[in-house]
Amino acid sequence: MHPLLLSVLIFGVPAAIALGWVFLRGGGALRRYIATRVALTLPMVFVLVSVVFLVLRVMPGDVASATLGPKANAEVRQNIEETLGLDDPLVVQYARFLGQVATFDLGDSFVGARRPVVDELGERLPATLELVLPAAGVAIALGLVLGASAAGHRRRLRDYAVRMFGVVVYSMPVFWLGMLAKGVFSIWLGWTPVAGRIDVLANATLERTTNLLVVDSILSGNWEALRSALHHMVLPVLTLGVSISGLFARLVRINVIETLQQDYVAAARARGLRERTVVGAYAVRNAMIPVVTVIGLQVAILLAGTVLTEAVFNWPGMGLYLVERIKVRDFQAVQSAVAMFALLVAAIGLAVDVVYGVLDPRVEY
Amino acid sequence: MTQDAIAADRSSVATGDVLYSIRDLSVEYGTRAGEVAAVDRVSLDIRKGEILGLVGESGCGKSTLGKAMMRMISPPGRITQGELWFAGEDLMTVSEAQMREIRGARLGMVFQDPMTSLNPLSKIVDHLTETITTHEPSVSEAAARDRAEQLIGRLGLRVERIDDYPHQFSGGMRQRIMIALALALRADLVIADEPTTALDVIVEAQFLDLLRELRAEFDLTIIMITHNIGVVAEVADRVAVMYAGRMAELGSVDEVFLDTKHPYGQGLLRAVPNIELDGSDLYQMEGAPPNLLHTPSGCPFHPRCPHVMPICSEREPAFAEVTPGHRASCWLFQEHDGEGER
Ligand SMILES: Nc1ncnc2c1ncn2[C@@H]1O[C@H](COP(=O)(O)OP(=O)(O)O)[C@@H](O)[C@H]1O
Ligand SMILES: [Mg+2]
Repeated sequence: MHPLLLSVLIFGVPAAIALGWVFLRGGGALRRYIATRVALTLPMVFVLVSVVFLVLRVMPGDVASATLGPKANAEVRQNIEETLGLDDPLVVQYARFLGQVATFDLGDSFVGARRPVVDELGERLPATLELVLPAAGVAIALGLVLGASAAGHRRRLRDYAVRMFGVVVYSMPVFWLGMLAKGVFSIWLGWTPVAGRIDVLANATLERTTNLLVVDSILSGNWEALRSALHHMVLPVLTLGVSISGLFARLVRINVIETLQQDYVAAARARGLRERTVVGAYAVRNAMIPVVTVIGLQVAILLAGTVLTEAVFNWPGMGLYLVERIKVRDFQAVQSAVAMFALLVAAIGLAVDVVYGVLDPRVEY
Repeated sequence: MTQDAIAADRSSVATGDVLYSIRDLSVEYGTRAGEVAAVDRVSLDIRKGEILGLVGESGCGKSTLGKAMMRMISPPGRITQGELWFAGEDLMTVSEAQMREIRGARLGMVFQDPMTSLNPLSKIVDHLTETITTHEPSVSEAAARDRAEQLIGRLGLRVERIDDYPHQFSGGMRQRIMIALALALRADLVIADEPTTALDVIVEAQFLDLLRELRAEFDLTIIMITHNIGVVAEVADRVAVMYAGRMAELGSVDEVFLDTKHPYGQGLLRAVPNIELDGSDLYQMEGAPPNLLHTPSGCPFHPRCPHVMPICSEREPAFAEVTPGHRASCWLFQEHDGEGER
């Protein structure tokens, strides 16, 4: 099976099952809502892809001058544009691209060996997922623990420390944080690799199926490759995770403080419930509702953080791919990658909405 | 204060068994402008089985007193002095863990706003079972659920609705649920802080009826905090009137309403046209309640009092008996040849 399809399935299937479960459990209103949201995803992706298609065509520069240099022979230029179909009218190019998206055949990239874009994405998307998902886990865990404990110790040392952490981390650009981390841990201390996803040697022995290196090395029982992959992951994942956790901790803190002042918290205390239950089951759970909402709205910022992290650690994911291909005006690759990103954002948006609906019984769809 | 002194005090104040005894309690809130004396040397006995109405204008310290009785004053507030005797135990001396066992099991509290007193994310049944199993860890989930269903049924709600969420209930229903929560462990004393203020008049009347029934059935003692004289007149056995964090008057409903001693109480009553009728009006009195940052010297009511005498601004009157069981802190009823009692 194609690695791109595989990595989409690995995360898509559990998500679809969860969605289906919520769909079946929920009432008519919830069902209609989910159906609408899913149905709206396609037009959303369509609009985004169209915009990117246009922007790329309006942007100065083209693949020929980008690859051959400005003084290229006009005939060679002409030749390249003909081969790539760039001399066709815009409408024709646009229709062709939409046709490609609809058939899940994203064409061949414009540069290098002109590999199918689907194959390239099949390598890049798993890399990004392997960075983003653990980083999101780190950010959520760190944000929850720090935020809740700061709220529980308001105006005490712990609270000030967490607030300071939040402000510093949030205001520090992620590439800056990444370079700092790399300078200290990779270059100075030599604890972690400087770049990439895996050692060359380990890579050579690794049998690829999903291109998620952790999954592949476990599937094939290649422990050396697993060790190497995890070793490479540590710093980028922590950088991105810590960077996001600043905002998350601040959000959790402020919302937990607010819910701790609610009457139902006082009422729970008056019923003799343990402070752990009061903070955990009452305050934190209620605080999660606004937190999830804001996180949902910040997905774009998270993705920007991913692109920058990939650039700093030379992590061959979607972000680095975009950066590389925009430079050489590889329209085919860029517009396909953006379509992929659009799907990802839509999927996360849907997931956030569903989580929100599950968290809050009051939500009326 | 020693046990003997309290026993002596009891015999003079109370005729029935005393369930909860507040002695010389003060609560202050630290604010940027200074200490707010929200409860000021209050002593009060609550008799077993009675409904005691605690009335007074907004801001006079009623809620603070109620919370202090649960030992639930949190910063910037603190209890600065006093004793809280509940069933022979001074709650001021027990540990926080022991206090948690008492809260919810033997002392219950019902808050003013039923719309915000229940966790919006938890089903009604979870509120109840969680309370039961916290206090009785040996009870199984299923048994706790059974008990929860019985309670909900007893309070006049359909049992199937136990799996609904708070937002699916009306204010009156939610207030019943709050009562069910207080009764889940068969609390001896329920402190209800303005439980009907957020309800409309008809629902309020139903709720008060229910409260009276439950008192008999569950052997309850109830403190009904309210600024609504009508509510007190309807349900209470005795009334305590608070002013500026202090006790102004205490007695049976008849004594306090028909033979009001304290000029503040008289003012309160005059502002209610017909206490038998609707109690939903807020009363209005000349002058503003005092700022508890700077409680007036002597009797705190003297700046507003129509009968003010020279001594009133100089010395604080004692909270003394006028007739047996009927107390008022007012110089009109006390000897004052220059020597106050306090
Ligand atoms: N958390 C608090 N911080 C500072 N002052 C408070 C706080 N809670 C209550 N107070 C003050 O204590 C006094 C009594 O308040 P409260 O007990 O709520 O009165 P009531 O319930 O009779 O309306 C008021 O003057 C109020 O401003
Ligand atoms: Mg109050």
